[in-house]
Amino acid sequence: MTGTRVRRTDTLLGLAAWLVGLLFLLPFAWMVLTSLHSEADAATNPPSVAAPLTLQGYREFFGAGTGVSPWPPLVNSLTASVLSTLLVLGLATPAAYALSVRPVRRWTDTLFFFLSTKMLPAVAGLLPLYLIAQNTGLLDNIWLLVILYTSMNLPIAVWMMRSFLAEVPQEILEAAAIDGAGLPTVLLRVLAPVAAPGLAATALISFIFSWNELLFARVLTGVVAGTAPVFLTGFVTSQGLFLAKVCAAAVCVSLPVLVAGFAAQDKLVQGLSLGAVK
Amino acid sequence: MTPKRALAVGAALLTTLGLTSCSGAGGSATAHSINVLMVNNPQMADLQKLTAENFTKSTGITVNFTVLPENDVRSKITQDFSAQSAQYDVATISNYETPIFAKNGWLAPLTPRADADPAFDQNDVLPAIRTSLTVDGQMYAEPFYGESSFLMYRKDVFAAKQLAMPDRPTWQQVAALAAQTDGAEPGMKGICLRGQPGWGELTAPLTTVVNTMGGTWFDQDWHAQLTSPAFKQATSFYVGLVRDHGEAGAPQAGFTECLTNMEQGKTAMWYDATSAAGALESSGSPVAGKIGYVPAPVERTTGSGWLFTWAWGLQKASHHQDDAWKFISWASGKGYEQLVGSQLGWSRVPAGKRTSTYATPQYLASASAFAEPTLKALQSADPANPGVQPRPAPGIQFVGIPEFEDLGTQVSQQISSAIAGRITVDQALSAGQALAEKTAAAHAKQ
Repeated sequence: MTGTRVRRTDTLLGLAAWLVGLLFLLPFAWMVLTSLHSEADAATNPPSVAAPLTLQGYREFFGAGTGVSPWPPLVNSLTASVLSTLLVLGLATPAAYALSVRPVRRWTDTLFFFLSTKMLPAVAGLLPLYLIAQNTGLLDNIWLLVILYTSMNLPIAVWMMRSFLAEVPQEILEAAAIDGAGLPTVLLRVLAPVAAPGLAATALISFIFSWNELLFARVLTGVVAGTAPVFLTGFVTSQGLFLAKVCAAAVCVSLPVLVAGFAAQDKLVQGLSLGAVK
Repeated sequence: MTPKRALAVGAALLTTLGLTSCSGAGGSATAHSINVLMVNNPQMADLQKLTAENFTKSTGITVNFTVLPENDVRSKITQDFSAQSAQYDVATISNYETPIFAKNGWLAPLTPRADADPAFDQNDVLPAIRTSLTVDGQMYAEPFYGESSFLMYRKDVFAAKQLAMPDRPTWQQVAALAAQTDGAEPGMKGICLRGQPGWGELTAPLTTVVNTMGGTWFDQDWHAQLTSPAFKQATSFYVGLVRDHGEAGAPQAGFTECLTNMEQGKTAMWYDATSAAGALESSGSPVAGKIGYVPAPVERTTGSGWLFTWAWGLQKASHHQDDAWKFISWASGKGYEQLVGSQLGWSRVPAGKRTSTYATPQYLASASAFAEPTLKALQSADPANPGVQPRPAPGIQFVGIPEFEDLGTQVSQQISSAIAGRITVDQALSAGQALAEKTAAAHAKQ
C-alpha cells in the first residue's frame, strides 16, 4: 500500500517535472517556429501555427537582405565572453580559496564587500564609464568589454566558488600537505579536480552573463566592437515587419550558450548541487 | 596537468587570442572610410545593400554602417553627437532633432558644401523639408526621404458598401465611415489608428487631430493646454474612435501593426504616414491597387498632415567631413533614386524629398496611386503654423523642444492607458497637464 502510494507520488512528481520543463521550453519552441515562418505569417494575429515554413529569416540574418555579415559581432561576443570568463576563473579561484579553505581575517566582511559592488545599478555607472572610455580611447574597443565583463561577473564567481571550495574536505588538503605538496600543486592537482563541477558551473554562468549583456555593449561599442545582442536588436524596425528575422537571429545568437550548456550538463548538475547538502 | 590537457588549454587560448586579433580592437574610421549610424527602416536596408557595389566602387570610400531600432538610434546619436566623440561621422536625424542639434553646435553646416556641388541641386529639395532642416539660413541635414500623413482606405470595400470617400474628409465624416465599414468583411475593423505609446507613435497622429480641432500642447506664452476644451475634445474623439471602431490590441498597435492590418484586410481605413503607401502598393502586397488616398482629415484647419524626414547629419567633430559629404550627396541625390528605381523597383525609391522625383515618369508609373496625394500633403504641411493659434516652437506632430521626446512619450502612455480602458481621458490629460506644466515653466523662465 505504502509502496503504491510512493510510486503514484513519483509518477505525479515526474509528470509535474515534465510539465514545468515543457513550460520552460515553450517560449523557445515558439521562437524557433516563428523564425521558420514568413514575415507576414509571423505577424498574423492570432498566430498561425500551421503556416508554411521558410528559411528566409535565417537568410536575412546571414545578410541576404543587406549584405551585412553577422560574423564580426558573433566573434566579438565570443572574444569578450571567453576572455572575461577565463579572467574571472583565474581571479575568482584564488580569492575563493582565501575565503574558504584558508580564510583570511574578517573574511565575511570581505565577502560582503565583493557582493556590495553588485548593489550599484549598472545604469548608474554608464555615463562615467562612457566618459572614461572616451578619454582613454577605449570606446568601441573589445578589450573594454573584456575588462567590464570580468569586473561585473567576478563578485558572483567569487561567491559561487567560495561555496564550492567550502565543500572540499579539509582532510584531502591536509593529506596532500603531509605528502609535501605546495600551494600550486594543491590548487591544480587536488583542489581543481574536486572543484571541477563548481568551476564548470561558474564558467558557464559567467559566459552566459557576458554573452547576453546588452546595456554596456550598446552604449560603449559601435562599428568595430559591436556584439551579437546589439546586432540582434538591429533587426527591429518601427516601419515594417521583423518578427521572423528577429526570431531567427535570436535562435542563432542563443546557440553558443545552448551548446555550452549541453556540453557542461553533467558538471553543471554536480556543480549546482554542490553545497546543497550540509 | 597532463601534457595532453596542457596542449588543449594552450590551443584554446591561442584560438581566443586569434579571435581577438580579428575582432573589434579599434575605434574610429580609418582614412577613406566613414562610420554611419542609422535607423533600421526598409529604405536604409536598401541603402546598405547598394552602397558597396555602387558608392564604394566609384569613390573608394568604405562605409561602415551601424543599424539600430528608432529609440536606440536616437539615444546613441544624442550620446555620440553631444559628446562630439566622432565615433560616427554621419547619422540619421529627423527634422525634430536637426534644429536642436544645430543650435547646440553638434552639426557641421551643409549649405556651403551643397552650394559648391551643383549636381546635388539643393533647390530641388521640397521647400517644406528644406525649411525644416534649416537653422539661421544654413541647412544642417540633407533629407534621405520625407513623409507627411494621409488617410488610406479600401476602395473595393467602400464600393461594396456603396460608400463614397470625400475628396477632403473631416474627422466627423471619417468617424461615420468607420462605423459603416466596421465589420464590412469578416474580422475587418473600420479604422486603424496608432495606440502604442511613444512620441513617434501615438503622439504623432493624435497631435495632428488636436491641431485641426483647435488644440495645442502650449500656447504662445508657454502655458500647458492639455486640459483645454479643444485638446480634451480631440483626445476624447481619438480614443473613442479607436475604442469603438479601431483595431484589436490598439494600445500596442503602432505603424507596423497597422500596416499588417491593412495588408491582411483587417481594417477599412488607416490614417498614417505617406511612406506606408510604397509598401501597400508593392508587387507582393495583397491590397495593391485596392487603396485610395485622400488628405489628412481636418476640422478647423485647411490641412493637418504632418511633416517628417529622416535626414543625414554630419557630426561637427568628424575627421572625415569630405568623404562624409560625398556619401550624403550620393544618398540624398537624384542619382540614388534612379539607382534604387532601376535595381530594386520604383516603389522602393526613398521619395518625399525632391520635386524632381514627382516628375520622373518611371516613378509616377509605379506610384500613380499615391504620388500626387503625397506631394500635395508634403507641399501643404506648415510646421510654423499647424493649428488655429500661434505656437511657441515649430513642429506639426511634435513640439520642437528637447523635452518633447520625454513629455510626448509620457503623455502617450497615459492616453494609451485610456485607449485600453484602464483610465479615463480626463485622468490621462490631467496627468499629462502636470507633466507639461513642468516643461512649460522651464521654458517660460527662459
